[in-house]
Parts: sequence; structure tokens; C-alpha cells
Amino acid sequence: MIRVQARTEPSTLMTFASPFLAIVLTLVFGSILFSALGKDPLQALYVLLVLPLSDAYNISEMLVKMGPLLLCAVGLSLCYRANMWNIGAEGQLLAGALGGSAVALMFVNSDSMLAMPLTLLGGVASGMFWAGIPTYLKIKFNSNLILTTIMLNYIALYLLIWAVHGPLRDPDGFGFPESAMFSDATLLPVLFESGRVHLGIILALLLALFAWFLLSKSHLGFKIRVYGADEPAATYAGFNAKAISWFVMLFSGALAGLAGVAEVAGPIGQLTPNVSPGYGYSAIIVAYLGRLHPAGAIIASIFLAILYMGGDLAQIEMGIPIAVVGMFQGVLLFFLLACDFFIRYRIVSSRENMA
Amino acid sequence: MDIDLITQVLFAAIKTGTPLLFIALGEAICEKTGVLNLGQEGMMLMGAVVGFMAAYATGNAGMGILGALLIGMVMSLIFGFLVLHLGANQVATGLALSIFGGGLSAFVGSSVVGQTITGFQPIEIPVLSDLPVIGKVLFSHDPLVYLAIVMAIIISFVTNKTRLGLTIKAVGENPHAANAIGIKVLKVRYLAVMFGGAMAGLGGAYMSLVYTPMWVENMTAGRGWIALALVVFASWRIGNIVLGAYLFGLASIMHLVLQGMGWSISPNLLAMLPYVATIVVMVIISADKYKEKLLAPRSLGKPFDPRQMA
Repeated sequence: MIRVQARTEPSTLMTFASPFLAIVLTLVFGSILFSALGKDPLQALYVLLVLPLSDAYNISEMLVKMGPLLLCAVGLSLCYRANMWNIGAEGQLLAGALGGSAVALMFVNSDSMLAMPLTLLGGVASGMFWAGIPTYLKIKFNSNLILTTIMLNYIALYLLIWAVHGPLRDPDGFGFPESAMFSDATLLPVLFESGRVHLGIILALLLALFAWFLLSKSHLGFKIRVYGADEPAATYAGFNAKAISWFVMLFSGALAGLAGVAEVAGPIGQLTPNVSPGYGYSAIIVAYLGRLHPAGAIIASIFLAILYMGGDLAQIEMGIPIAVVGMFQGVLLFFLLACDFFIRYRIVSSRENMA
Repeated sequence: MDIDLITQVLFAAIKTGTPLLFIALGEAICEKTGVLNLGQEGMMLMGAVVGFMAAYATGNAGMGILGALLIGMVMSLIFGFLVLHLGANQVATGLALSIFGGGLSAFVGSSVVGQTITGFQPIEIPVLSDLPVIGKVLFSHDPLVYLAIVMAIIISFVTNKTRLGLTIKAVGENPHAANAIGIKVLKVRYLAVMFGGAMAGLGGAYMSLVYTPMWVENMTAGRGWIALALVVFASWRIGNIVLGAYLFGLASIMHLVLQGMGWSISPNLLAMLPYVATIVVMVIISADKYKEKLLAPRSLGKPFDPRQMA
């Protein structure tokens, strides 16, 4: 008889193996699905996972998608560690794109050195503001953070759509819901001659390293970890819960805001209604897959970026609907949560147990 | 405002509130047993797309409802297995269900985008529907509007007056005590989760079969999340849920009212209203910390593991 038994201590091995196991299971699920759809599963997996890394252009596009995923996921990792259920990275990203665009459009006919830094600053500040609203409501009025952040995602989206149809619309744009193109001085510098990968990915990586240092080496990081693991203990130790909540939320908002402004001042070059294909939601999966650790988020964001890129390619090459990406992300998180079961439990045979 | 406009607005408010009512009723039962399922949006989208496809394939809207109920239950079972059997985090699993449902519904629905079907026709209740104003507002709806109200009445009766209601309450308030007196806690929770799934599927089907008889990606536009907030506002009370659902229906169609009154505000700004209203009401209701703690099911969101029983 095989049965399940609680481990006396959580398994470190399973903590790290679980994300990889979940990815393998997701790919097995994908192969079965593609076969059922009459597509060659090996070809589909090749297009989804290998083709995105096959040449310089594709790798550069993959890095373009990795930047916002990583930025949002690093912020969310800190939030979730501190038990702040921020689902609002998407809204904070859109707020960053909107606020950054408002600044960028002041520099349309300018080559000022200040254009780019001020635009980035505008995006970061807007993201922080958007994250600040639900934090204030939670601390002051005890509002449910999950629900307020999700509502603010929808509000940010409509605000952005309103802005591109109204005040930020290009007056010479023939009525299209788009802003004017930003000036060259505003745009983030491109890293290589060919391709669109820009300074944003460097900033994302540096901020991930900074968050790693913060979490594992600083006193504040220690407080965040204790607070998340054992709230009563943290309160007993006299940690200021409000200060921790404010810090993780504003940090997360700043990073998501930067992700948003780096999209409009990066690969897009103007404000459009389609700034994000749901990066802020996917970042939740990146954060979990990366074990709520900035270093893990780097690896996980590469995988999700490949999946995004592969989804685009699969649509072009094999006529597979792009929605397959969203579905795979959900399946991946399901498998991850299921595999995490074995961090706390193990399977034993009863006979061994009786001996 | 003339009387015709008021009639139209109230009629539309009830229609718009109906999907919220279905979902919130299901989730209220689920939460009363202590399980928080944040996957409403995903189950609702799956209900919408499968309901639409079943109705489209068979030409029968009733088959659409059946399909939506079934897919809602199947989706909720994925959540139930992870949360109840494997003790996975309810918040994370619910989010996964919403993300999965959003992606899967867009994936399976891509073949029926742009198709139309004949949805449910209104049933004018004899005599009553001839009453001025009230006749139009309350008694000339499609059958699902009446079904939602009937279900609310039944659920209210079951939770307040029956043994089953007590069982649900016991499981939600103190699963260990419930287990000790012989209630199968996980079984009750599974059934409640499945009931929630079926109701979310029904809410989704209302969107794609009645409200706008077609399928569009993400057509539920956050209604699953608003319904979750609604359960909290309503303090888990069925009567409040009914009232709240229709009030939110009203908030969602305020743009029609304002346009009718000759205001010219951007439709994109007006589209924010239901979400802003959700936040505002949430702030007002939850500001009293102790009241919410008192009313929420005590074991809400906490896993119950019979393996770890002492």
C-alpha cells in the first residue's frame, strides 16, 4: 500500500525541483493537446521553445518581453513574501506607461538630455502612486488588497484608453487612438544595432540583483522574510508592519511603473491602447515559478518570455491560436502548486512505515 | 428623467445584475464552508464560451446552459483537488484558475468568434407584466432572471432553516469540531466548490446566451471579481447579495442614464464606474475591522487536512 505522509521538515530539494517538474508536466500536457488538435507535437514544442532562441533577432525579441515580466515579478515576489497579495502589477504597469507618456509628450520636439530620465521618473512615480492607493486603503480602511488591486487594473486600463482617445491623442494622427511618436531623446537606447532590445532589460536585471541583495543581506529584507513567515513573531519583535507593507507595495509599484514606461519609451515608441499583453498577470506566475526570489524570477522570466515569443511564432508558423500562451501559463501554475505538495509531503509504502 | 427612461434603466439594471447574482450566490456558499475560490472569472469565461458553443452546435439555448453548468463544475474540481486534497494555497490556486480559464476560453472559443445565436426569449408573466412600470421592470424578463431569484430564495431557506445549512456553517466556522461530530468536511467543501463552479458557469452562460448573445474574448470584463467583492460587502448574507447584485447592475449601466440625461462624458471614463464603485463600497463596508471579522466564516481560506488530525 502506498500512502502519503507529512514530512517533518519541508524538503529543500523539492522546493527547487518543483518548478522544473511543473514545466516538464506542462510540456507533456501541451504535447497531448497538440496531438489531439492534429498538430505535430514535436514541431509545436520546437516552435514554442527552441525557435525563440534560434537567431539574434528572436533572442532580442525574447529579451524585450523578458524585461517587463522580470520587473513586475521581482516586485511581486517581495509583496508576496510580506503577505501583501498585490495582483495589481498590470494596472501599475499601465499607470507607468500612461504617466511616462504624459511626460514624454512634453518633449516631442525636444532633444533635451532630461527627456529620457524625466519620462522614466514619470512612469516610476505613476506606478508607485497606483500601488499606493490600495496600500493606503488596506492600511487605513482594512480593504481587501486582492480585490482593490484587481479593480485598479481595470480602472488603469480604461484611463489609458480614455487618454489615447482624448488628451494624449496625436492631434495630427488622423483620429487614431495613439499618441504622437516620442522624440529620439526620449527613447531608451537600443543595445545592439539590429533588434529592439533596449536599456530596459539591463535596468531590470540590475534591479533584480538589487532586490536579491536587499532580501538576503539587508535588515529590511530580514524583516520582510520574518513578517511573511510568521506575522505574530514579527509583531512581537516590534517590526513596523505598516512600514513593511508600504515599502514592498511602493517598490513593486515603482518596478511595474518602470516596466510600463520602458515599453512605451522602448519598443513601442508612443502610447497605444495595447501596451501590455498581460505582463502584470503573467508576472504572478513568474514570481511563483521563481520561488518568490529575485534570482529565481530571472530564470522564470526567461522561460515565460520564451513562451510568449513561441506563442507568436506558433501562430505564424502553425496557425495555433495565440491564446495557447495564456492557457499554458495557467496549466503551469496548476502543476507548480500540485508539485509543491511534495515539499510538505512524501509518498511512502505502508510496509516500510510499519517496520 | 421621464418614466419610460426610469423603466428602461431599472429593467436593464436587473438584467445586468443577474450574472453577478448567480456567481455571488455560488461563491457565498463556497465561502460559507471556508473555501475562498478566486477563480470565478476563469470559470465564468469557460461557462460563457462552452455555453455559447453548445447552444451554437445544437441550436438549443438550454443545451448551452447544461454545458455551462458542467464546465463550471469541471473547472471547480481542478481547484478543489489542488486546494482540498493537496492543501495548495487557496489564493494562488484561485488566481491560477482565473488565468487558466481566461486563456483556455480564448483558445477554444477562437472558432466561434463573430457567430450569433438566438438566445433566450423573454417570458412575460401573465397579468403581472401588464402592470405599469413594475410589469416591465420585474415581470417581463428572460427565464434566467427568474431562476436567479428563485435560487436566491432557495439558498436563503437552505442556509438559514435546514440541517444542511447548519452543516455548511459548522464546516466553515470550525472544521475540526465538525469533523469530530462526524461531518465529512472535505466532502462538504468539494460539493460547495462544485456548486460555486456550476453557478459561475451559469453566470458566464448568461453573458454569452442572453446579455450579448455572442462570444468575445474576456467578455465578462471582471464581473467574476466584482462578484467576489459583492460577497464580502453583503457580509455573506443572501438578502444583501440580491440587493447588491442589482445595485451593481445599476452602477454598470449608469452611462446609459447619464447619456439619457444629455451628459456628454467619455464612455471610457464611464466604463470605470462599476470598478470605482466596488472600491468605494469596499472601503465603506470593511472600514469596521471587527464587524468583518465577526461576520466572515472563521475558517475562510484556511486548509483543513484530515491527515494532520491529532
